[in-house]
Amino acid sequence: MSHSAVKGKLIAVIGDEDTCTGFLLGGIGELNKKREPNFLVVDKNTSRHDIEEAFRGFLKRDDIAIILINQTIAEEIRYVIDSHDQPIPAVLEIPSKDSPYDSSKDSILRRAKGMFSAEDMR
Amino acid sequence: MSGAGDRINIFPSRMAMAIMKARLKGAQKGHSLLKKKADALTMRFRAILKKIIETKVLMGDVMKEASFSLAEAKFTSGDINHMVLQNVNKAQLKVRSKKDNVAGVLLPVFEGYQDGSDSYELTGLSRGGQQIDRLKKNYARAIQLLVELASLQTAFVTLDEVIKITNRRVNAIEHVIIPRIERTLAYITSELDEREREEFYRLKKIQEKKRKIKEVTEARLAAFKASNEFKEPASLLAEERDEDLLFN
Repeated sequence: MSHSAVKGKLIAVIGDEDTCTGFLLGGIGELNKKREPNFLVVDKNTSRHDIEEAFRGFLKRDDIAIILINQTIAEEIRYVIDSHDQPIPAVLEIPSKDSPYDSSKDSILRRAKGMFSAEDMR
Repeated sequence: MSGAGDRINIFPSRMAMAIMKARLKGAQKGHSLLKKKADALTMRFRAILKKIIETKVLMGDVMKEASFSLAEAKFTSGDINHMVLQNVNKAQLKVRSKKDNVAGVLLPVFEGYQDGSDSYELTGLSRGGQQIDRLKKNYARAIQLLVELASLQTAFVTLDEVIKITNRRVNAIEHVIIPRIERTLAYITSELDEREREEFYRLKKIQEKKRKIKEVTEARLAAFKASNEFKEPASLLAEERDEDLLFN
């Protein structure tokens, strides 16, 4: 996948059906030559193991620069996300349709909190 | 003082002291430079953190709007989820990464760009086209924002790591390397002083010995003069005139 670095990298999504649909309509979906998608639709039947596998798979692919993941799903595999300390791919937690964004759960913001006082956080 | 603590193993001489002094200078310069670097990075780091927090809040709003428009689109054109999820082909929005340089640290900066045509051009052709169009726009905006957030976050992680390393170096120089060089310098100074004192003592000792020898000889001479055996040696200059030996 050496050409991918020149061509630009992809954004991967792990999220519920609506989130994935939205971002795919935004135009980030891609099937690679092996017909592997760069997104994973998580419904209530998707096991934690599958999510973890998919997430690790995205981390390994070198054509992915950003991984978007619903915060509710991120909670399930929090330990995997916390153990990922490389800058690329960047893992972003996004709110899903039915749960608002909670900054206290975010891996990055939790790290940031240790360095700043409450008034900086607002 | 000299033996206390860890110091560089070196022979105490004037040259070694000069070398150590140069090293101390170097270490102090390096320390101040690294400290400046750490300060610059921390400043950038704080700015980025502030931006991240702002963007995250903004992201909440944008995502809410996007989800809402998705619901709207679904209401008008029925369930489009399956169609969208099945029709994935080539990504139209991709990210490029550039490099940004902060005090010698390379930070990746992502930049989203359009590549190829919209593969969902015909989605919602029968009904709800307007809503789907708005939905696409909203999500495209969300993606742009998220790409921006991703570069901020990447910069955050990278800077965090670099700041830690720099601070570790600053502390190492301040608390380990500089004290060690200072200890070595103190050791060399004390050792040189010690040597000087030894030399001085030795000179004193020799002087004393010489004085004693002189005293003894003078005493003996005086005793000899006092005795009758002493005759003044004949002076070469005392005689007024020499007889000429050859031409008389």
